[in-house]
Amino acid sequence: MKKNLASHTILNAAGLKESDLNKVLGKILSRGGVDNGDIYFQQRHYESWSLEESIVKQGTFGIEKGVGVRAISGEKTGFAYSDEISLNALNQAGKTARAISRSGKSHSVKAFDGSLATQHLYDAVDPLDDFSADEKVRLLESIDAEARRLDPRVSQVMVSLVGVRDMIVVAAADGSLASDVRPLVRMSINVIVEADGRREQGTAGGGARVAYGYFLEDERALQYAREAVRQAVLKLDAVDAPAGTMPIVLGPGWPGIILHEAIGHGLEGDFNRKGSSAFSGRVGERVASNECTVVDDGTLANRRGSLNVDDEGTPTQCTTLIENGILKGYMQDKLNARLMGVESTGNGRRESYAHLPLPRMTNTYMLPGKHEHEEIISSVKKGLYAVNFAGGQVDITSGKFVFSASEAYLIENGKITQPVRGATLIGNGPDVLTRVSMVGNNLQLDEGVGTCGKEGQSIPVGVGQPTIKVEELTVGGTSA
Amino acid sequence: MSTKSKRNKSQEKIYQACIETALKAAKKKGAALAEASLSVDAGLSVTVRKSEIETLEHHQNKGLAVTVYLDQCKGSATTSDLSDKAIRQTVDKAVDIARFTAKDENAGIADAEDLAWEYPDLNLSYPWQVSADELVDMAQECEHAALKSDKRIVNSEGASVSTYESFHVYGNSQGFIGSYPSSSHSLSCSVIGKAGDVMQRDYWYSVARDSNLLEDAKAVGRQAAKRTLARLNAKKLSTMKVPVLFSPEMAAGLIGHFIAAISGASIYRKASFLQDSLNQKVFPEWMQIFEQPHIVSGLGSAPFDSEGVKTRSRSIIDAGVLQSYVLNSYAARKLGMKTTGNAGGVHNLTVAPTISTQKALLKEMGKGILVTELMGQGINGVTGDYSRGAAGFWVENGEIQYPVEEITIAGNLKQIYQQIVAVADDVDLRRNTRTGSILVEEMMIAGD
Repeated sequence: MKKNLASHTILNAAGLKESDLNKVLGKILSRGGVDNGDIYFQQRHYESWSLEESIVKQGTFGIEKGVGVRAISGEKTGFAYSDEISLNALNQAGKTARAISRSGKSHSVKAFDGSLATQHLYDAVDPLDDFSADEKVRLLESIDAEARRLDPRVSQVMVSLVGVRDMIVVAAADGSLASDVRPLVRMSINVIVEADGRREQGTAGGGARVAYGYFLEDERALQYAREAVRQAVLKLDAVDAPAGTMPIVLGPGWPGIILHEAIGHGLEGDFNRKGSSAFSGRVGERVASNECTVVDDGTLANRRGSLNVDDEGTPTQCTTLIENGILKGYMQDKLNARLMGVESTGNGRRESYAHLPLPRMTNTYMLPGKHEHEEIISSVKKGLYAVNFAGGQVDITSGKFVFSASEAYLIENGKITQPVRGATLIGNGPDVLTRVSMVGNNLQLDEGVGTCGKEGQSIPVGVGQPTIKVEELTVGGTSA
Repeated sequence: MSTKSKRNKSQEKIYQACIETALKAAKKKGAALAEASLSVDAGLSVTVRKSEIETLEHHQNKGLAVTVYLDQCKGSATTSDLSDKAIRQTVDKAVDIARFTAKDENAGIADAEDLAWEYPDLNLSYPWQVSADELVDMAQECEHAALKSDKRIVNSEGASVSTYESFHVYGNSQGFIGSYPSSSHSLSCSVIGKAGDVMQRDYWYSVARDSNLLEDAKAVGRQAAKRTLARLNAKKLSTMKVPVLFSPEMAAGLIGHFIAAISGASIYRKASFLQDSLNQKVFPEWMQIFEQPHIVSGLGSAPFDSEGVKTRSRSIIDAGVLQSYVLNSYAARKLGMKTTGNAGGVHNLTVAPTISTQKALLKEMGKGILVTELMGQGINGVTGDYSRGAAGFWVENGEIQYPVEEITIAGNLKQIYQQIVAVADDVDLRRNTRTGSILVEEMMIAGD
């Protein structure tokens, strides 16, 4: 049904049949040396609504549609795209893309394989149609009202609501033909509080591959408002963060961003094929303590980072990256998998038809261990407990990574004491997980707000982890 | 030359007609005020790695954005389809949204008196008649220079050359319509060096509106290699307070946080650490920061801003004192001020140098760190708290001693700005923020 919806909407509207796609791919491979190629159709519509100063001031709607054509010859990729979907545009793009190859053996196109298993991880809904415009406006206003009701020190509330429906069809010369309808909603709340001349902010939000009704279940949207106010108010009493190297306890859920930065990017197939990652050539080696098992899992129902198929038509899977501390494998797209002599792991993702696929993460998380959360906190004599983060970054070659804590506390003699101001934590990816001495039994996934950037392409991702203790990490505070 | 300008003329007419279609449709739907902008760009980029072509990408994008105001309620929509039918549907979508957004007395397009009814030709477009093969040759030459420069350069992330041409049109219901073409060409290279088991990577790039002004391909490659080699055998530092010298590339970021803090939206939301700083001393009294939107062929130049407002040279910091916020017309109305022509951002922001060279600045510093890379998002625009991952060089006796990494630098921007000691003349002209190296008296370094 999903397949029919995307194919019907995109291909039928342009008068394109499967046999046309086959012919276009045939022309691309008719050029000597071109050994694979694919066509990626996309039709995406989105909206965003935003509130500030207690009124919904803005709304935007947009449609993006187009087709990207890729020709691959060994390690070379030729790429062209068009925002017009027609046979003529396809042939034109195909001709441009295949010019990458100058000579070589001819390859033939495989017939589309209709037997590929399909996953159904989310419903093919259109979030934009789920609520009326009036309901969207009232949802935003209810969040503003809740935040202001909670605390008189709330001076500003900013809320944004974004809904997307992305439909894709991908046809490849290797015989894969897949389609997907991908809903995605996200809400972000930013609250500013003011007291005695001091201002602080708190942010919260969430989202998933669902319709807007998700935000009303269990007062989810109001909970985001409460969370943002809680964080902002808490910071009014925050003291300077410490500076130096110390034990760190990272809370469950979103702090799993450490996995995304410290090891995730470094385990993407392209960097490892090229030998530019600090993890290159290290499969089978110990890169984490025995407590750590980390997976990248694109198959979690309704999650922001999940996909039924990746952007090359490969079904997503749960890939074990690290098992009991030993590096098991990398995340692959088709190109890098082939060049490394392995199978794609369903991690080939692209921002849009106008971008090339790259090996990218989906939902990256650490499996639960045996310790109670309280037990982990009480094991620390003097250190930091960090529970919320504003993002991170990594240099995959040197392995150095950062992630910036937006909510953290001092731990003194096994007790959480004072909240501290925001600080960046910095470490070395290949050895930080070897210093994980305790892993909690409380695995949580994030709320569904993560966006990952690589080579200028942004895509939605997820992270998660139980509470973990890292024996040593550098905290970039201001207090010596 | 004449065929090119003819083509540009007819192109200009087609795109201006799209804007007119949108504005007419908006008027018909009852929008008293409306504005529309259109951008079209096309380009070619190649990446070469280890002398072989890795990617050859042909780019072409177009998009029309429409905003309508129905009784001061705002709605927007975008489309990449420029057919009359699609444009009218896009306007309908914007109108549908405006029926549900709230009335906002400050909403609307820019005031007629602020619009750029006449604007200069800033010579921003230099189309580059170049083939893919020539771009490949250039990238190969660049990467080759990097790879052969030292045996410690063991791997490459490749060299890329790209060329882009764009055309931008903006029009609104005051009857204003303006357009200009622009181009941007770039050349970059990133290579990996190895010492022992540890790899380091760095890069260099050149960007210009006119391809003739691009740095020599070999020089870019050699500079990328030089920067990578300089990072090998980096050490961590102990935790301490020392002076910090920001390289020009990093100094631009430091000044960027200042611009974000004085932008209209941060101010009217009372979300800035520089709230109520107008006419206050934000920087040391010798400091000057100004905007020069009309530099001919400048990378940050624009004849009008994204609301059609005339851009003009102006002082933002004079003798250390904040002269004006950075405003679009909406934020200006909210604050009871006039727009500063900054819808969409600042143009060629310039920090006046105070000392000759970076070398002189290193001498002035004596002991401290030179920061050449910053990582992460540790900047809080509400409080000014600043904490970022850093890499660079340890400096003693005014001379670079060794590379450092895996450290953080931290402080509060409000104090950091007051503690700026000097600005060198090694201005990075590749950016919209034109500044040389900046020396800050003291920051907290966290390490071992």
